[in-house]
Amino acid sequence: MATDRAWHEIVAGVLKQHDVDLVTYVPDNVLRPLIDLVHADPFFTAFAVAREEEGLGINAGAWMGGRRGILLMQTSGFATLPNALASLSVPFQIPSLMLVSERGTMGEFNIGQQLVARTMRPVLDTLLIEHHTLTRLEDVEFIIDRSITQAVATQAPCCFILSPLLTGGKVFSK
Amino acid sequence: MALPANPPVSRAQAKVMNRFDITKRMVALLRHEEAVVGGIGYTNFDLWAAGRRPQNFYMLGSMGLAVPIGMGVALAQPHRKVIALEGDGSILMQLGSLATVAARGQKNLAIVIMDNGAYQITGGQKTLTEEGADIVAIAKGCGLSQSIWTADESAFEELIALSLKEDGPWLIGCRIDNAKPTDTTERDPPRIKDQFMRGLGVKK
Repeated sequence: MATDRAWHEIVAGVLKQHDVDLVTYVPDNVLRPLIDLVHADPFFTAFAVAREEEGLGINAGAWMGGRRGILLMQTSGFATLPNALASLSVPFQIPSLMLVSERGTMGEFNIGQQLVARTMRPVLDTLLIEHHTLTRLEDVEFIIDRSITQAVATQAPCCFILSPLLTGGKVFSK
Repeated sequence: MALPANPPVSRAQAKVMNRFDITKRMVALLRHEEAVVGGIGYTNFDLWAAGRRPQNFYMLGSMGLAVPIGMGVALAQPHRKVIALEGDGSILMQLGSLATVAARGQKNLAIVIMDNGAYQITGGQKTLTEEGADIVAIAKGCGLSQSIWTADESAFEELIALSLKEDGPWLIGCRIDNAKPTDTTERDPPRIKDQFMRGLGVKK
């Protein structure tokens, strides 16, 4: 696997290969390079939504209309999603793709982020949603490529968690 | 076509109509396989009761997401008109979505709000529209300039016809009564999704 590219370039490349051209997001500092990249590339339709579940709904509608999307957010944003995942994505068998920048660990300075981060994987596990934590640059392409294929084939949501080990995370600054 | 003359200037001036009656009137005007996304609760039940269409999506749960889902369908199929049907309690949960629709200028999307000022399905507790929140005024404030209260049933038909013909986004506010819904949507999510995707030509 080529590792001469940054994580966000690899992610954008895999999304293109799978025709995932709709990117909805609630911004995050760690996600900024990916957000900037998809805005700059005319292949993608990228826009911010007011709230994460709104993006999940837009992407669900787009999927049913024949278009693929992904929702970008940070850990605290994921924490607003369980009801929509449990009542829309999972029961309607919609392959909602999610990319979460992981806050709350490895140097977190905000106690709220630390606490809410602990709810993320238990929620995903409880809802039987496939999830993968991306820690190594050389794994990013393989994991996302195979997982999108699986999500579409099995009509099931999938969540990618961007670890600070991969991105550097958000560091403490006064 | 033009907007109906002298629309009600506020929620208080709009005529109270019947949800099932205007839902049937709306469905009768659909001639081009337009998509309709029915929000949670009685809005959805009366859409179901108004006659099954393969282009109807019946949302169960995920309160407040009818407008985002409708917008997603509209983004995926820009040549198809999409109507998102939502109740007042539901849209109050997701007011930001009105700003998103406005910011995107989603031309093929019309939002119909069924406003009875009550969480009817949970026992009729008042919503904030009964306390003074005006969804049409809020929508205009979000940038949806083509937002209008419906004077009566014939104005409703005119507005639906207009929204199906002319570029949106539209928001059509309807005051409705507290009549019980006519039927109950069958709660079978995979089937609802499958039929909707076939109705939209995505699955063959």
